[in-house]
Amino acid sequence: MMNKLKHFFKKFLLWEILVGLKLTGRYMFKRKVTILFPEEKTPLSPRFRGLHALRRYPNGEERCIACKLCEAVCPALAITIDAEPREDGSRRTTRYEIDLFKCIFCGFCEESCPVDSIVETHLSHYHFENRGENIMTKPVLLAIGDKYESEIAKARETDAPFR
Amino acid sequence: MWNDLLTLIWIIIKIVLVIVPLLVAVAYLTYAERRVIGFIQGRFGPNRVGIWGLGQPIADAVKLFLKEPIYPARSSLLLFLLAPILSMAPALVVWAVIPFAEGWVVANINAGLLYILAMTSLGVYGILIAGWASNSKYAFFGAMRSAAQVVSYEIAMGFALIAVLMTAGSTNLQDIVLHQQGGVLHWYWLPLFPVFVVYWISGMAETNRLPFDMAEGESEIVAGFHVEYSSMGFAMFFLAEYANMILISALAALFFFGGWLSPFEGIPLLGSLFGWVPGVVWFLAKVFFFLLLFIWIRGTLPRYRYDQIMQLGWKILIPVTIVWIILIGLAIEFRMPPWFV
Repeated sequence: MMNKLKHFFKKFLLWEILVGLKLTGRYMFKRKVTILFPEEKTPLSPRFRGLHALRRYPNGEERCIACKLCEAVCPALAITIDAEPREDGSRRTTRYEIDLFKCIFCGFCEESCPVDSIVETHLSHYHFENRGENIMTKPVLLAIGDKYESEIAKARETDAPFR
Repeated sequence: MWNDLLTLIWIIIKIVLVIVPLLVAVAYLTYAERRVIGFIQGRFGPNRVGIWGLGQPIADAVKLFLKEPIYPARSSLLLFLLAPILSMAPALVVWAVIPFAEGWVVANINAGLLYILAMTSLGVYGILIAGWASNSKYAFFGAMRSAAQVVSYEIAMGFALIAVLMTAGSTNLQDIVLHQQGGVLHWYWLPLFPVFVVYWISGMAETNRLPFDMAEGESEIVAGFHVEYSSMGFAMFFLAEYANMILISALAALFFFGGWLSPFEGIPLLGSLFGWVPGVVWFLAKVFFFLLLFIWIRGTLPRYRYDQIMQLGWKILIPVTIVWIILIGLAIEFRMPPWFV
């Protein structure tokens, strides 16, 4: 009887709804954890695998020796390499292309590279405006490497003790 | 002759003074809703356009204006175009009798409450016609649901307002508010508490707001009665819904929370301290509170099942109000102080 009465009043005073309103009211003033993207960014791991780049030695010589290990290891067959001896007799690539539409950003190319030439940088915000821009040619890759060399080097250095 | 013209101009000025702030309030109510619901859900809501996202409603309005209106090929074009107008017009027309402060009213008519009931019932025609004229299954479902829902809750709401009418002994909105004079405890929310709850619930159902948004039900019937609408037609339905929200809040403030009366009336020190605040400020503050409650409830409760809505309306709200009307009748008969003298 008592219970029935209690239930009756609870029902008619909308008790459960008030409890719900209290809960949502509390959430209204909770600290928000949203990251406001262009101004704020999530922390990036030094192992982040973003856009590719070809690196150079400090003296300006390109690292890649056209061993084609990356081409062989690439599971998505995204890398195409042609190689020929240069005038000075050293083995160099004449063509080094990565198709970003095929690439799955697994990072195997970077792992396989014996001279740390091909790397995946921290860059994740890029876009294409024209057809065909998805194929990164050698000059493009080298340019990215030149532009972000300091960041790339720093990321490799931070990660080195854990490898 | 000249006097008549002057009166006409004066009335038009008054109408503009009511409608323009109302439309701005509607625009910013959509913004407030998105922000508050965002905060309830642990998000920020729109905060990109202008400071704190305050430009968002303007951007939305511009977007809707510039969109291409699409007319479904098999629709009944005249009715299709008429429906948004029919739902928008009653939502605006009702404001004629709403007193913002003592004497601040476009038309101080004696049958104010009846006028409000008549006009708010007209709003459902817009929804019905929209659903029928669209020639779309979802729109039709939405319209049918809305018709059944609004009709059944209209009864509960009408009974709730009858209780107010009996207590105040007048259908003039100003008289109803003035009858509540004498501080918070004299407002009608206390003697008519169950009626107030019923009014509020049926008010939410009348405006097709969550948890009663069966007419829209975006997770069941896409957008209900306005699926086929785009551009300004859609915007009109949107405006009508939010104008109705503001209206229901304003009526709640007028009927149950003393309209423009100060909540500190009758309290020794605070009463005189806040004596200088104009009545319209209190009125707007109360309306604002109820609008917040609308949004807050939307952020809290899930949608009712259709048969549950009918059950709530017919089996609970209507009996509760009828019982309370009888009790009020007795209280008036025996002149129960302090409200029914």
